[in-house]
Parts: sequence; C-alpha cells; structure tokens
Amino acid sequence: MHELSLAGGILRVVEEAAQRERFVRVKRLTLAVGTLAGIEVDALRFALDAIAPGTVLAGADVVVESEAGTAWCLACQASVAIEARAEPCPACGSGWLQATGGTELRVKDLVVEDACADPALQLG
Amino acid sequence: MCIVCGCGDASGPAHGHDHGHASEGGELLHYGEGPARVSVPGMSQERTIRLEQSVLAANDRLAAQNRQHFGAHRVLALNLVSSPGSGKTTLLVETLRRLREGDPHLGLGVVEGDQQTSFDAERVRATGVPAVQVNTGKGCHLDAQMVGTAFDRLAFPATGGVLFIENVGNLVCPALWDLGEAAKVAVLSVTEGDEKPLKYPDMFAAASLMLLNKIDLLPHVQFDVEKAVAFARRVNPRIQVLRLSATTGAGFEGWLSWIAHELAHARHETHHHHDGHDHDHDHDHGHGHGHPPADAAEAEVKALRARVAELEARLGASR
Repeated sequence: MHELSLAGGILRVVEEAAQRERFVRVKRLTLAVGTLAGIEVDALRFALDAIAPGTVLAGADVVVESEAGTAWCLACQASVAIEARAEPCPACGSGWLQATGGTELRVKDLVVEDACADPALQLG
Repeated sequence: MCIVCGCGDASGPAHGHDHGHASEGGELLHYGEGPARVSVPGMSQERTIRLEQSVLAANDRLAAQNRQHFGAHRVLALNLVSSPGSGKTTLLVETLRRLREGDPHLGLGVVEGDQQTSFDAERVRATGVPAVQVNTGKGCHLDAQMVGTAFDRLAFPATGGVLFIENVGNLVCPALWDLGEAAKVAVLSVTEGDEKPLKYPDMFAAASLMLLNKIDLLPHVQFDVEKAVAFARRVNPRIQVLRLSATTGAGFEGWLSWIAHELAHARHETHHHHDGHDHDHDHDHGHGHGHPPADAAEAEVKALRARVAELEARLGASR
C-alpha cells in the first residue's frame, strides 16, 4: 500500500501550492499516472479519499490521466511503446529495453476556488 | 447537476460520482459543514493552477542529499529489498560477520527497516556492528528522510565502509523510493516462486543485483533457477545475479567480492569528485562487472553511445 504514502505526497504538493497561491479548496485534481510507475490507480483513489477530509482536497474530483509506457530498445535503437516492464520489444521481440517514459506520478493541475475577498459578493 | 463539482451536467462528461461528497449526508452539507470546512459564501472565483510536479520529487531531493552525504563519507550504501521471509536478515548477519572477519577495520553500519519491533536490529548488533532500527509504523517502505536521519546516528571511520539498508520486507513499494543508495540488491530465495521477477517487475527493474538465496534447499523445492534468471533479465537486461546460501556459506565469495568491487568504486568516485557535488550514479547500474559476456557489454556501450547522441541531438533541437 505505498499508494497511501503517495497520496500523502500528493497532498503535500497540493498544500504547498495552496500556501503559495492562497486558495481554500480544490475542486478538481488532475494526476498523471505512468503505466510503468508501479501504481494501482484504485488503491491511490482509495488512499486519497481516506486522507482528504479536513484538507483542501476534501470533496475534490480526482481525474487520473494514464500516461503510456515507453522504452528505449537497445537492439532496435528506437523508442517503442510498452504496456508493462516485462514485455518484450514489440518491434524486434528482444528484452533489451530500458523504460524511458510513463514511469512517473505527477500532479498535473488543480482547479481551485479562492476565498472571496469582496463581502458584497459573498451571497452570490 | 452536482453543484460542488459540476459533475452530472448534461454538457459535461458523466462520471461515477466517486469523489466522496455523496456521502456527506445531503446536498446542503456540501455547502456548510462538509469536509471542505469552508462555507459557500467564501467560494466564488475559480481558476486552474498548472503544477506538473512529480510526487516523488521531495523524496528524490532528499535521496540526492543522502547520496552526496554517503559519497563524502566514502560509504557504499546498499539497499536490500525482498519479500518477507527471504532470509534477508540471516544473509545480512552472515555478510557482516564475514566482512568483519576479512577486515576488522572496515566501517560497517546497518539501517533496519521494519513496521514494528527491534528484533532485526538486535540480531545485527549481536555481531558488533552498529544498527539503527527504523519502525515505519503503517508505512510499507523506508524513505530517504528516514535513512538520512538514521545515517546521522551511525559513525563511520574516515576510510568509509559499507552501509546496509535493510528495507521493509515488501517487493512492491520500496521499488519506488530512492534512498540515495548506490545499488538496490533484491534477495529472492528459492523457497519462493521462480516467477517472482515477472510478478513484481518494478523491484527487479530497479535492482542492480539479484541474490538467489537458500540455494542449499534447491534439491527440496520446485524452483527453476534458469527461469528465475531469465525472467529477471526480461524486466532488467542489466541485472547481475549471484547464487548463495546464508546458512551453508555457499556462493559467499562472489557476493563479498561484488561488495569489495562496489566499495572500491565508491571510494574511487569520492577520490575523483572530492568537491562532493551531486554526481550521477546511474552508471552503477550500467557497467556490467564482467557478468554479461564481453561482446554483449561492448554492444551495450555502443548502443548507449548511440542513445546519448540521439538525446543530445533532441536536446539541441529543443533549445
């Protein structure tokens, strides 16, 4: 369940942004999860749900964008698409691959709501 | 339409409403006492903030600091990873005993990671080697901050030595956390399945060396060594493999000479990069130590050079 630590890492990134950008809550959180990043998306969602209450992430809609895995095939000397680390090169069948993309978990962007500064607008 | 996030709007894509506010006990709670703990009047403006921030970046920065720290102390840090029950602690204790026997002045230290208890640290301390136990609580892995703090509590002689980090027994999570180690060493015992490298590819992809442990039990178990090695190479063409038994001592010479070689390399590095800048350790995983056949190693170097040239060209083009 390293997804719980990763959820904590996501919250930290978001809270740092909240301090910097002064927003009060996140409406939508978009994550980019690499296919080769070793992350179970359902577990990550579960972990985010568990830690969100009481934070700026409470009630946030979580959008997960999957990033395709890519690898450099040393035999073909070309970049190829793979779906798992154990897969052979789709072009030449060799196992001489070095993962180059889709290995990361990133916080892409946030749609946030600010506290309204103008009291006249507060009932709007 | 849900007023908090806009989902369910005919104009937007429908989705499963899995983001939790359905459980807040009715629409009104969205606005007042919901988990957001902000009241509706306070929310009006909405904007998008682009972050593109790697979630593991904070850990990676601390790991880079650890790596620099280890280098400055001429310490070879090895991150031992495996499933629970692979015999990792027994292997470590036997390794420490033999290293001590071979060179009583060699600096040695251990960081023991477990969710609970200090049993393993006590086993290590019984050999006379100092050990810091890190209890991760509910955590399933060590992170760079824990290792950095633990390392500060260990004393190494000026000549440096070897730091063994025994990670929490888990073949999944520790793969993602860089601790600043020179190499991850994955221990796989023959009493486990020979398919494990394919079942847990991230760990074997991240490891520089796979130790096949408990080989004295091979006659009694169904474990195809060749298959395990082939599977490990499939996820990581560069992984080195050594076979040994911590109880009989078989294969230990190979393991000890691997450590000696890596240690010499770590000290050499320090010698040449005295200013302690953050030098790139990626080549630790690249050079083959003569284990793959020489022509394969040569071909690899050639292929890597081509790759470097290609990347440089791409970098040049993007400027």
